Amino acid sequence: MIGLSHYLIVSALIFSIGLIGVLRRRNLLMLFFATEVMLNAVNIAFAAISHYYNDLTGQMFAFFIIAIAASEVAVGLGLLIVLYKKYGTLNLDDFASMKG
Amino acid sequence: MENLVYIALFAPFVGSMFAALFGMSPKQTFVGIIASSLLFISFAASAVLAFHVYTTGTAIHVTMMEWISAGDLMIPFGFLVDQVSVTMMTVVTLVSTVVHIYSIGYMDHDKSFNRFFSYLSAFVFSMMILVMSDNFAGLFIGWEGVGVCSWLLIGFWYHKEDVAREKNPSISPSWAANEAFIVNRIAGLGMLIGIFIIYWNVGSLQYDVVFADLPNLSSSVLNAAALALFIGAMGKSAQFPLHTWLTDAMEGPTPVSALIHAATMVTAGVFLIIRANPIFSMTPEVSFFIAALGTFVAFFAASMALVNRDLKRIIAFSTLSQLGYMFAAAGLGAYWIALFHLAAHAFFKALLFLGAGNVMHAMDDELDIFKMGGLKKAMNWTYIYMGVASLALAGIPIFAGFFSKDAIIETAFNEGTYVLWAILVLTAGMTAFYSFRQVFLTFHGAKRYKDEIHPHEMYKFVLIAMAPLAILAVIAGFFMGGFQTFVTKLLPNYEMSHHTHELIVVLTAVVLVFAVGGIWLAYKKYANGLKRDEKLENSFLYKLLANQYYIPQFYEEFITKPYAMISEKMWKDIDMKIVDATVDGIAKFLYKSGDKARAMQTGNLSNYLNWMAVGGVLLLIVAAISAMLA
Repeated sequence: MIGLSHYLIVSALIFSIGLIGVLRRRNLLMLFFATEVMLNAVNIAFAAISHYYNDLTGQMFAFFIIAIAASEVAVGLGLLIVLYKKYGTLNLDDFASMKG
Repeated sequence: MENLVYIALFAPFVGSMFAALFGMSPKQTFVGIIASSLLFISFAASAVLAFHVYTTGTAIHVTMMEWISAGDLMIPFGFLVDQVSVTMMTVVTLVSTVVHIYSIGYMDHDKSFNRFFSYLSAFVFSMMILVMSDNFAGLFIGWEGVGVCSWLLIGFWYHKEDVAREKNPSISPSWAANEAFIVNRIAGLGMLIGIFIIYWNVGSLQYDVVFADLPNLSSSVLNAAALALFIGAMGKSAQFPLHTWLTDAMEGPTPVSALIHAATMVTAGVFLIIRANPIFSMTPEVSFFIAALGTFVAFFAASMALVNRDLKRIIAFSTLSQLGYMFAAAGLGAYWIALFHLAAHAFFKALLFLGAGNVMHAMDDELDIFKMGGLKKAMNWTYIYMGVASLALAGIPIFAGFFSKDAIIETAFNEGTYVLWAILVLTAGMTAFYSFRQVFLTFHGAKRYKDEIHPHEMYKFVLIAMAPLAILAVIAGFFMGGFQTFVTKLLPNYEMSHHTHELIVVLTAVVLVFAVGGIWLAYKKYANGLKRDEKLENSFLYKLLANQYYIPQFYEEFITKPYAMISEKMWKDIDMKIVDATVDGIAKFLYKSGDKARAMQTGNLSNYLNWMAVGGVLLLIVAAISAMLA
């Protein structure tokens, strides 16, 4: 029987994968992917907990997150294209212009 | 009548503020004239009030406004004009008026002429608050006010250099001013504690409320309050061991010495005892202590005056000595006699000081009486004035001092305190000796001053202004009976017993023999010029007295220097190494941590994200720990 904890473990694993991606990757596009992975990990947790409590609010929330993530990706990819056109690269190490 | 009270009180204040307007500008004679006239107005108002109180026998009590009102604490700005305060008001304003007019002449060449009048009038205002207040809080305000003005005026010539005690026995004005202020701070603490004790136990500071409530207090509370108040009085009236500041205060201008350090401010301590006489009459032990200390100071100060060479310091010592007499009378319960001696003393001592000022003026600020002599011809009027004042001080019949001082000595006899009586009689002889030693050395004999000094008499108007004091120094004694009936409406009456009455002729004769003997001795020794006696001057006793019993040196060695040493240690070890180091440490820590944390700002987004993750993990850990603890 697959219970709530299985879902949450999967969610946590996926979240960790996303987090490691955010921390380790240098390419901005890859960072975007990693963020999407983390968002979906959260969505899994929402859906699972919502089912566990028999409360639809969590699933509704997951839908919202999907919608917002989609629009965010649309805007973000647009920005990335502009950035690529300007610098010819998406490597983060080349953008260190805010050095303190 | 109420308006007169305010006029008497605020006229000096207006004068002070007016003179202060011109404080920074060069000498303006009209500033002095206006300040003096306002003082005269104040005197006139006081005199009318005195007449009113005398004829109607009722006190005037006005409340100007509420001052402090917090919870149960109610302190109004109230003023009480009764027999005691009106006497003080009249004496203070009269002497002040004379001194103000005198100062117009004396401070003629001083570039801070206007500033001087501003301070002097401010002093009179504070003194009026002190004597007129109807509660202990107002008294304290005036008490501290006169202290501040005294500080300002002693240090009036603050620009004078400080000279080491070894080189010159007189010290710099600013040092003397600080000494006076600090000694009075110590005494002021005692006074404040006394006021707190009274408030704590009675719940009010109004004189009438406090005095009505006294029978309900335990004797230990009364003793503590009386003793604490007397410590305050000891400071202001320069009683042993807080006496050193008074002679050093002679560094100030001479009118200041006359007004503040002879006639008015230093008598504030005596006034306090008289004002609070219900407390002191209920504490016989403290009162006897006051009488004993007063007698001791009378003798102690007179002994130092015997050999001193500084004109003003001799008079300062005699002031100390006379204050001792007043305390002796007050301590023995003869409050009205103390008040009478206070008033009489104010007249002749102010006159004596102003005469000394004339001499100083004539001698280009020379103060050593060994370097004077033969001034009689050049300064006839000053000679007469100082002679009259000295006769009054010595207690020669018909002069004011005879009546008042004799009454005090009789009181000591009447109370059966024969030791005090004997010391006071002996002191009367010493008083006569040193006052006439000074007069003879200054005015008689051959001249001993340098040839380039040409002594000259003071301005005419100054001499005329001094006349009222001279007249009062002669005739004030005749009003003794009237004064007694006047003030004993308020103060407890004190009458000599039948036994004393019978012996009065003998007692008076004994005192007179000592007084005349003192004058005769001074005449024989000094009237024909100064013959210095090397053997006497090198004797131990002479040196002991000339060095003021080495008390200033003792204070310097055992209080001032250790205190400076401790302060230095505190500064270097505690302040610098602990307090400052802590504060600096906090600042340094923030500065360093900022410097280190700056390295985080690499500009690389990836690094920022890593730090963000670290922060997130930290928050998670904190949340987990707090959840576990909850």
